[in-house]
Amino acid sequence: MEAALAIAIGIVFASGIWLILRPRSFQVLIGLMLMSYAVNLFIFSMGRLAVDRPPLTPAGIPADPAALADPVPQALVLTAIVIGFATTALYLVVMIGARGLTGTDHVDGEEDEP
Amino acid sequence: MSLFASFDWTRHLVVLPVLLPLLCGALLAPLTQGRHNLKFAASYGTVLALLANALALVWLTDGGATPAWASHIGVYFAANWAAPFGIALVADRLSSIMLVLTAVLGLAALHYAQPRWSRIGVHFHSLFQFLLMGINGAFLTHDLFNLFVFFEVMLAASYGLVLHGYNVARLRASMQYIAINLAAALLFLIGVAMIYATTGTLNMSDLAARVPQLAGPDAGLLRTGVAVLALAFLVKSAMWPLGFWLPTTYAAASPPVAVMLVLMTKVGAYVILRVWLLVFGSGAGDSAHYGYDALLWGGMATIVFGAAGLLATDTAGRMAGYAAIVSSGTLLAVVGYGEPLLVTAGLYYFLASTIAMGAFVLLIELIDRIRTPGAAMLALTMEAYAVEDMPAEPKGKGVPAAMAFLSLAFAACALTIAGLPPLSGFIAKFGMFHALLQPGADGSPIGPMGWTLMALIFVSGLIAIISLMRFGVRTFWATESAGPPRLHTAEVIPVAGLLLASVILTIQAQPVFSYLARASADIHRPQTYVDTVRGTPPVPGPTQNREAP
Repeated sequence: MEAALAIAIGIVFASGIWLILRPRSFQVLIGLMLMSYAVNLFIFSMGRLAVDRPPLTPAGIPADPAALADPVPQALVLTAIVIGFATTALYLVVMIGARGLTGTDHVDGEEDEP
Repeated sequence: MSLFASFDWTRHLVVLPVLLPLLCGALLAPLTQGRHNLKFAASYGTVLALLANALALVWLTDGGATPAWASHIGVYFAANWAAPFGIALVADRLSSIMLVLTAVLGLAALHYAQPRWSRIGVHFHSLFQFLLMGINGAFLTHDLFNLFVFFEVMLAASYGLVLHGYNVARLRASMQYIAINLAAALLFLIGVAMIYATTGTLNMSDLAARVPQLAGPDAGLLRTGVAVLALAFLVKSAMWPLGFWLPTTYAAASPPVAVMLVLMTKVGAYVILRVWLLVFGSGAGDSAHYGYDALLWGGMATIVFGAAGLLATDTAGRMAGYAAIVSSGTLLAVVGYGEPLLVTAGLYYFLASTIAMGAFVLLIELIDRIRTPGAAMLALTMEAYAVEDMPAEPKGKGVPAAMAFLSLAFAACALTIAGLPPLSGFIAKFGMFHALLQPGADGSPIGPMGWTLMALIFVSGLIAIISLMRFGVRTFWATESAGPPRLHTAEVIPVAGLLLASVILTIQAQPVFSYLARASADIHRPQTYVDTVRGTPPVPGPTQNREAP
């Protein structure tokens, strides 16, 4: 399970890196989104992978740490998703503004001379 | 009553630098631009309160008068969760003086923005307050993930502010600025996740206590994690080769925003200083002094890059950007050199260079009016569709002797940035040279790295003076200007105020230096933080008080 997840995260992250090096702002945006998905999975997996272990304790029963998943990475990943979502939306707005004002979607705001 | 009797209320001052701007920014957001004066007054009042609060924190941390401050460290637990489980905010001498610096620069930027810049777009004041909140939070927090959140607050506000006064140059610069910072934020998250995976904590003190116990693959993984984390801060503090975004962004941003950008660059260096000394100090076992060499080499490369850029450019905005790169390179090299005495001088340099750079970026716009008089600048920045109603020319009396003021202020900034006498920049560099020439903690004399660093600092100062004087001669002596530029008093006061702060820093160098020496001694003793943060009990709840006999 660890190996499969590690490879998946690696592929998504690598695709993201390739895309943010592209000249069109939309490609950069998609690249940033892919990278943030990979990072979110990465944070999640830092709490160790386990099946069927809730991060919660049922009321009234003494907690058994062995039967529980670590709740902290799950809380971190929620925060990271929200913040990443907001900043990506902001980037999208700037991107649309730049497209309207400069007339091109090149990240430098001007086309390369052919 | 017993609720207050059992608890020192001054501890709450630690959280105010975050709460005040948050409240002010939120309250100002729904107000329309028509209530401009009210918005400005609220914003200004908040920054004044922040300044007072920061000075009170300096007094408390340095005095240690009450039991809560006995170890010169104030701890505030968010939601009253004891460390290391909850988020702790920690004010010590270093973070308190940084809060003072933030408030001083914020005051100058806000004052400068009053006649013009704060009126040409919506939500300037709200964004400005959120930016202050993020910076203050980054200075105070003692939790790595909370640091990420404050960084994002600071950055999100700065994205909005860099775009303030919407034009093509700002949009282009913003796109790159946002993209690079989003990528850096992802590195930050990877680093934090790896640190949590290896140590199981995010509290900095707890981390410092656990690092020496790590060995083998875990220690390696932790060091990798911290290195990835450091990349995020190094992007922020523009270490070569991560800092190519900086000059463009500085040159594009409006002057009041550029002042805050100058400070934000320094936040990266501050976090490096804090985390490195706490986690990888000499008591860190296997991991002691990890990465110091990388910081030293990287810092020196940054000085070279910044100095080359200073020589190559002839626009003032980019010049300010490269000067900022030189100064953050110097700071990183100082941290990497790893001598407490040098860190003291480096902190003085931190204050002196940030204040001088702040004055310089404000001056740039005023100096530009010699070349493009009148409202030409404003018309340029107001193109596009951000604002329909153009604010009138600033009213009020023009300042007499405008040319004399501009040239003298420029000379003062140039001298401080280059580190020539008589202003604070010279004292900072003198202090650094003095510290470099002292025998090290183990009695060893200055080595080749020390000489190289000294030569680089010296030469970069020389290059700065060449570049700035070339610009000064061209602007003040060789411009065929129709008449002296019109300056508004509200634009002159902040520049003069920052220069005055620089003069005060020079005259009061002795007390400032001894304060910074104590701050530097504090951060070189991680054990104090570990003991204080772990040893501080949470506030007793009301029920516990009632049950007490």
